[in-house]
Amino acid sequence: MAERGDGGRPVAFRGGGFSPRPVGVVGPLVFVAVIAFWEAGCRAGLIPPLVLPAPSEALAALAHLVETGLLWKHLGASLQRLVAGWTLGTLLGIAVGFSIGLFSLARAGLAPVVAAIFPIPKIALLPLFVIWFGIGEGSKVATILFGTFFPTVVATYGGVDNVDRGLIRMGQSFGLSWFSIVRKIILPGALPAILPGFRISAAIAIVLLVAAEMIGAEFGVGAYILLAGSLMAMDELLAGVAILSVMGLTVNWLIARTERALLRWRA
Amino acid sequence: MELRLAGLHHGYGEVEVLRGIDLEIPAGRIVCIVGPSGCGKSTLLRLVGGLERPARGEVVQTGEPPPGCLNPLTYIFQDFALLPWRTVEGNVRLVLEDHGFGRAETAGIVDGVLARTHLSEFRAAFPRQLSGGMKQRVAIARALAVSPAFLLMDEPLSALDAQTRELLLDDLVDLWTRERFSGVYITHNLREAVRLGHRVVLLSRRPGTVREVLEIDLPLDARAAHARELEAHRSRLWQLLRDEAHAAELELVDG
Repeated sequence: MAERGDGGRPVAFRGGGFSPRPVGVVGPLVFVAVIAFWEAGCRAGLIPPLVLPAPSEALAALAHLVETGLLWKHLGASLQRLVAGWTLGTLLGIAVGFSIGLFSLARAGLAPVVAAIFPIPKIALLPLFVIWFGIGEGSKVATILFGTFFPTVVATYGGVDNVDRGLIRMGQSFGLSWFSIVRKIILPGALPAILPGFRISAAIAIVLLVAAEMIGAEFGVGAYILLAGSLMAMDELLAGVAILSVMGLTVNWLIARTERALLRWRA
Repeated sequence: MELRLAGLHHGYGEVEVLRGIDLEIPAGRIVCIVGPSGCGKSTLLRLVGGLERPARGEVVQTGEPPPGCLNPLTYIFQDFALLPWRTVEGNVRLVLEDHGFGRAETAGIVDGVLARTHLSEFRAAFPRQLSGGMKQRVAIARALAVSPAFLLMDEPLSALDAQTRELLLDDLVDLWTRERFSGVYITHNLREAVRLGHRVVLLSRRPGTVREVLEIDLPLDARAAHARELEAHRSRLWQLLRDEAHAAELELVDG
């Protein structure tokens, strides 16, 4: 440390750091660099097409999907299953989560059941669902419903448990009805825990969607990927995977928007 | 309408918190309850408003609440208890929604109490945008909206800094001078107690019993000018409280 004229030394700075800040262009740049590197590798013959086709080939496969109109058939079938399964699973999950959070009897009876079934990978139950609900849409929707139901239950009753009891007492002290307290205090109070649960359940739903479509589905992104894999059509397989990635990103974006709109008061 | 506490006992598990509290709470006056930490002041207030059931004894309401009163026993909490997802206006509206008023009627009441608490400009703000003092003003507005017969105030100024506390104390004095509400005011701050209380009740340390009841006859709006007299009351209360507070300090929290 440098001595100064007056014999004093400046106090060394030792704070700062530990607060990542957004750097705008880096993300897209990495994306472009990886794809360019990959394309170059393929063109130079360093990467055999059977191991990994060039991004341009995957793009061509995607373009072919669009031209033939097959994209909308696959995507439509997948989205229908995803929306039906996720919506039903989420609604049921919120209802059951609320009853566990609010009623002692429901908590005593249902919480252990949920805890027991939650950790089972729902893919393992898929054959069972095929027998119960048939090889058609039933089993696919049921798998997604089941997969999204449990994380939603857990997130919801955790959220209900965490609502500030002081606010509930306040509601009671002003003579609010039970229903008003649930709707105006507990529901919005639990929302910050329920909405992040949506992210988890949506990710699980997409995984299960692809798995379910690999059994007895004619159309659907999962069916398309399975077929491409069995035909060793790696370009088509990659196109399917890209569709899944876009699907996941879109779902995430929708949830982020919902969160921003509903949790504006937190900001 | 008046309140009478008769032989109130309360405890949590093994720990006895309150023992044999007998107290009259008259209409139109403020009763301050002071005592060392953990003496059961807040428990007492929860018993008074029916948020907790006493182990023995009862809280009796005599006479009818004034007409138009929506919620006779209304709390003002130390931590404000505002819904963070509702605006100032929405927080006030919350306590009116279950009473089946029309839109215009509700708006009239809300406008009225916001004007009385000087909050009209802040009606669209969320609680996180407000300072502690403003939050407590919103809570006061919310309490006034239901035209209470009794205001039950649980250390309403304790979460605020000293300057804000002073301002709000003046506000409460003004409010009482205008509205002549009946109040129970819990505090550990003796200055607040002698400034605001027509009657100051001193509780002993746990288990809380009534140690002393002090009547202060000075009108509330004249008290600022009688600092010396108030200081005499305060220091007498402190003499009584001091040993209790010291002994309470040395106890283990979980008894």
